[in-house]
Formats: sequence, structure tokens, C-alpha cells
Amino acid sequence: MTTLDVKQDAPLARPAPHKMSWAWLGIMPFFLFAFLFLLYPSSTIVVRSFQNSTTHAFTLKNVIALFSNHYILGAYWISIEISLLTSVGGGIFGFLLAYAAIRGGLPKFMRSSLMTFCGVASNFAGVPLAFAFIALLSPTGMLIGWLKALGYNPYFHGFTLYTFWGLSIVYMYFQFPLMVLIIAPAIDGLRREWLEASENLGASSFQYWRYVALPILLPSIMGTMILLFGNSFGAFATAQALTGGQINLVTIVIGSQLRGDALGDPGLGYALALGMVVIMALAIMGYTILQRRTERWLR
Amino acid sequence: MRRGNKVWSWIVMMIGILYFFLPLVATFVFSLKAKLGVLSFKAYANIFNDPAFVYNFSYSVLWAVLTIVVGILLFVPTAFLIRLRVPKLRSAVEFITLLPFVIPAIVFVFGLVRTFSHPPLLIVNSPALLIAAYTVLSMPYMYRAIDTGLRAIDVRTLTEAGQSLGAGWGSILFDIILPNIRVAILSGAFLSFAIVIGEFILAQYLAKPAFAPYMAYMIQQKAYEPAAMAIISFALTWAAMGIISLVGRGGGQAQVGGGH
Repeated sequence: MTTLDVKQDAPLARPAPHKMSWAWLGIMPFFLFAFLFLLYPSSTIVVRSFQNSTTHAFTLKNVIALFSNHYILGAYWISIEISLLTSVGGGIFGFLLAYAAIRGGLPKFMRSSLMTFCGVASNFAGVPLAFAFIALLSPTGMLIGWLKALGYNPYFHGFTLYTFWGLSIVYMYFQFPLMVLIIAPAIDGLRREWLEASENLGASSFQYWRYVALPILLPSIMGTMILLFGNSFGAFATAQALTGGQINLVTIVIGSQLRGDALGDPGLGYALALGMVVIMALAIMGYTILQRRTERWLR
Repeated sequence: MRRGNKVWSWIVMMIGILYFFLPLVATFVFSLKAKLGVLSFKAYANIFNDPAFVYNFSYSVLWAVLTIVVGILLFVPTAFLIRLRVPKLRSAVEFITLLPFVIPAIVFVFGLVRTFSHPPLLIVNSPALLIAAYTVLSMPYMYRAIDTGLRAIDVRTLTEAGQSLGAGWGSILFDIILPNIRVAILSGAFLSFAIVIGEFILAQYLAKPAFAPYMAYMIQQKAYEPAAMAIISFALTWAAMGIISLVGRGGGQAQVGGGH
């Protein structure tokens, strides 16, 4: 303890480093928390994906098995298809809706109510959303009842709520509102002067969109669509509640792997989860990069 | 061009309104049909008299409140210190707070269950794990709301003023900073509330009583009562969003997209 005495003999002129250590102590709980409940469990998935599930030796077997298992490839494929469809479809419709509300000459209050609706709708997902569409589009649902009264039953023409197309319609409910919320600032950034200038130069409405508006908005539209892709790719509760786990999505397979070892191979389960994280990370990266490109125009 | 524009705008808006309201109208009408032949609120009466509903719903409220409290205690000091004392860790913290967007909830709970179901970390049955998981899930919204709130006030001046009047760190944080960012905290809190109340995956797989798993169970059992629950759930989401836009007027749009 002699060193301590020496230090006490010569106190520091500035107490700054002392304060610094208090600051470090203050942020420790956050990092401990993040490590224990987020980083460590997530890294478990990565590590176990490359481990033999009994000997814990390093192996690529799990990841290779991922690409040779038809059931799993099928699950990834359906998840990707449904996410592509609802992100592009929801993206286009959400954009049209946001544009209509902001620049379409509609009454002012439409814009603020649309924003509130979208805030609610993009959060209204999972089990209640599944039930709302059961009430609307199941064989005994309200809209199907109306169509039947008109002499048309979609269920006789190949439609079911509980498979690909039905689930896509349900996913659209949280997809397009998210598009509206995120794309609205970009549409706001579209200056009226640009439209006036191109009109003064004799540009048609098509030419304005082709050469001015779309090139400016495109990174933002694409970026947000990528975000929507991730939003639908990671969705689980809605599909689980709607189909009772009967549809073969990646998230559903992970869910059944978690309840019991449904794949009969724990290592494969980790690799499956890792694949999802990789796809989600690529999506978020794509979104961030495109969003940065957009920001140049939105100042 | 203007007139054609307007017609298209109305058509698009009408489709949007139909898409938004038809499922809700169908659910609401369905929820009123519990009594044969007449419209009634019987389904609502049934669920409020159902002890299992009250039990599960109360737990969801409890989880939500605890998540908000833990979130505030954990994120306010962190965001404050990052802003004032250790800005070099800002990008690390931002990366962590964005991670829950990258890791889907089902993958997250998969990792949690696999990590915490073996000794020495056998806490998979503890409610604390559920609260921690919910805190992680709400982190992108809560932390960002708090950070945005701190950006809007002059943290440095307020802190120095507090220090020169002899306030300790605790009283600077909780008597000075916290009241000044209460609007931001409220909007983060209500967003977290909406997320936790509607959350299905974590409660289901960590096997804890909660509203959404109970509703998923009831969909298999009953017809009208789940409809009433869906309406209640929608009303709660709506209320939470309404409060956020009320308290945060002019404070920008709440960013959204939760656990689907």
C-alpha cells in the first residue's frame, strides 16, 4: 500500500481523469446488460453454427447442411418470396399513398390523419392483426360474405387466407404504413421549384418524374423497400397465429426447432438462425447506405 | 395535370382507407355477434369476467411497466454520459441499440433460451429474463427517444449549473435532466408499452403469462371473444400512439415497426 501513499502525497492538479472513471463506471451497467442479454446470446448462435453439437469441435457441416436440405431451402425461399412481394408491393402502394397525401392536392388534415393511422397500423401486428383478417377474409369473413352475396366465392377459385397470397395480404397491412412513415420526409424534400423549373423548360409530367423526381427519390424508395423486406422476413407472430404454424417460413421453422428439436439436428437449427441474421444484417446495411445517399438532397 | 392528379390522389387514398378500416370493421362487427340474432357487447363482458383474461392481461401490463422502469434507469444515465463524458463510445452504443432490428425476435429468443437454459446461467424460467428481453426489444425506441430528448436540451449547461449549485450526480440526473426530457421519455415509454402489450414471441417461448399468447390460444377455442380482444388491443395501440403524438407535438414522428 506504499504506492497509494505516494499518490496521496502528490495529488493531480486536475481532477479530470477521476471524473472520467466515474463516467466509465456509469455506463458499465448498459454495456454489461447489452453483453449479457444481447451480444452473448447472439454470439452463441454464431459460435454454435460452426460447432459439432456433441463434440463442440469446429465444423462447417451445419452451414453446408443448410444448403443441401430441401425443406430448409424451401422455407428460405418462401420467406424471401413473401418478403419481396410485400416489400415491393407495400413500397409502391405506400409511396403512392404518401405522395397523394403530401403533394396530391388533398385537404391538409388528410396528411396528419394518415400519419397517425400509419403509426398505429405499423404497430398493430401479430396475433390481433391475424384475427382481424380472419374476421374479414376467412371463409365466413365479412368481405367473403359480401362477395358470396354477389355470386363470387374466392375460395372456389383457389384463394385461401392461410397460404402464400393470404399471408401476403395480411403482411401488407404493416408494410405499407411503414413505407408511408419513412418515405414522407423524402417527399417533403422534393422541392416545388424543381417541378416549376421543369415545367417552365417544357418538360412533360413523365419527363419530370423520369429525369428529376425519381432519380432523387429512388435511393430512398429502394432503401425503405429493403427495410420493409427485413420487416417481413423477420415476422413470426402474425404467420404463426394466422396459419397455426402450417406455412413453411424460416421463422416458423426456427419456432418449431425451439419447441422441440424439429429438425433432429441442433447444429442445423443454429445455422438456420444464423442465416436469418446474415440476411437481416445485409438488409439493414443496404438501407443505411441508401439512406445516406438520400440525405444529400434532403438538406 | 392538376385535376387528374387530384382524382388519382383520392382513389389511392380511398384504397388506403379501405385497407386500413375493413379488417377493423369486420373484427368489430364480429365481436358484437356473441348473442344470437342481436348485436351486443356480450363478448366484451365475457372476457372481462374471464379470470384467465384478467390474469394474463394484468401480467402484460406489469411486464410493460417494469420494462419501462428498467429502460429509463438503464438508458437515461447511459445516454447522458455518452453525450457529456464519453462521446467516443457513441458509435458502439448506437450499434448496440440498432442490433434488435437486425436480430428477429424469434432468433433472439432462440439465442436466449439456448444460452440461459444450462447451468451456470440457468435463469430461463425467471421473470427477470423476460423483462431483460423486453428491455432489449424496446431499446431501439426507448434509447433513441431519450437520446433525441437530450439533443434538444443544453445538457452541458444544465449539468454545470447543477454542479455549481452543489448538486450530486444523482440529483443532476433525476432532478434536472429527467424532468427536462420527460416528453421524450413519455413517448418512448408509450411506444414500449404498445410493443410489450402486443408482444407474442418472447412471452410464448419464455413461457410467461401475457395477453398475446392468451389471445392466440383463445383463437383456437372461441370465436367472438378473440375478436373483442383484437379490438381492445387495437384500441390500446391507438391510445398509446395518440398519447405520443399529443405529448410530442412538434417533436417529430415516432419511428415504428415492432414485433410482428
